[in-house]
Amino acid sequence: MNDGSGLTDAQLNELTDLVNKVHGFDFSAYSKASLKRRVVRVMTNKSMRFYDLKHALVNNNDFFQWFLDEITVNVTEMFRDPDFYKALNKQVIPYLSTYQHVKVWSAGCSSGEEVYSLAILLNEAGLGKKSFIYGTDVNTEMLKEARRGIYSLKKIRNYAENYQLTGLKGTLTDHFTIMYDAATIHNELKNNSLFSIHSLVSDSIFNEFQMICCRNVFIYFETELQERVLELFYNSLSPLGFLCMGTKEAIRSDRLKKKFKVINARENIYQKIAD
Amino acid sequence: MDSDFGKAVIVVIHRRKNFFSEIEKLFAENSRMLFKEITDKEKIKPNTVYVAPANYHTLVEKERCFGLDVSESVWYSKPSIDVTFESAADVYKQRCTAILFSGANQDGADGLLTLRNTGALTIAQDPLDAEMPQMPEAAINIDAAEYILRTSEILELIELK
Repeated sequence: MNDGSGLTDAQLNELTDLVNKVHGFDFSAYSKASLKRRVVRVMTNKSMRFYDLKHALVNNNDFFQWFLDEITVNVTEMFRDPDFYKALNKQVIPYLSTYQHVKVWSAGCSSGEEVYSLAILLNEAGLGKKSFIYGTDVNTEMLKEARRGIYSLKKIRNYAENYQLTGLKGTLTDHFTIMYDAATIHNELKNNSLFSIHSLVSDSIFNEFQMICCRNVFIYFETELQERVLELFYNSLSPLGFLCMGTKEAIRSDRLKKKFKVINARENIYQKIAD
Repeated sequence: MDSDFGKAVIVVIHRRKNFFSEIEKLFAENSRMLFKEITDKEKIKPNTVYVAPANYHTLVEKERCFGLDVSESVWYSKPSIDVTFESAADVYKQRCTAILFSGANQDGADGLLTLRNTGALTIAQDPLDAEMPQMPEAAINIDAAEYILRTSEILELIELK
């Protein structure tokens, strides 16, 4: 285990600068405590000293890709926080169903679990044919996994437990084909989604959405970056579009609070106030 | 503890996700201090008891606010006590007091040792006094606890500090 002294704050900054210069990847506005813990974890697991880590990051591209996977947290679940999906179904879906087309953005989608959860929710609400979900992430390896849409049965059992608690009427496995010890999401759900690379730190608006879900991504950002990304979301939402954040995340800035109406305070669902 | 205790208290309890618990309510009813479940980037203020949310790790940031993290469980636990202890050690160092109570795994032992090495006051609940002795025992085995005390003695020590 690390003792906190494995990496100084100055070394963390040095590393952040290096990764930005060499790979164009900007971690400077990431929450420091979590970032530091991830870097120390890499050094401990690989028995690397700070110098070794720097050397590998500069000279070994495969190592950098692996490092990126380790540093960015890619832990996700289908139907994480069942009460959130319950609230979506009750308070947001009826509103979305009045639209001709519904475009949804899942920002920081990792291995695609949230995208497919939303696809299942929209499908079961009868909006499958008129909705489309964009999943974006900074991690190309994760996007590949998301596109495959194959999950281990061990994971699916956990996801099915979440699904049950959402109060949805079907069963999760209705949406999967199960072969051996893995489950593949049905093509009709895959066809309603598109996964592409997008960085919330450095990329800008690419479409207009009726709903944006960005859950448990802000926790890795310092408040200033959070504000910048909230601004990006506001500008990417259609008038009266919905913004869903993680249950334990919060809009801290008073200026931005004024731009959104609270739809569900407990589940952190907001609606853009038309300007 | 009184409402003018003067310090912030962080409580990390192993609990299952998806089950709304009454822990905060239970604590609040029996304490004169303000009780809150932690939200991301919340400022840490004195005279407040903060409870770590289920299914997240709770970390302490240099800016004296909380950071949350959904990364892998540690010792099958999320929240993990080790994660909170180690980040508190990094920010608060010797100004921390850490207590490890009853529990059924080894979570918290390494973190408590980190805290002890940075000069914090570290206490493990006497395993004989604990409902599940494994957690304090694990800490005692690696010499992470400066004091090994029963619950009543822990309270006395905290009041003196």
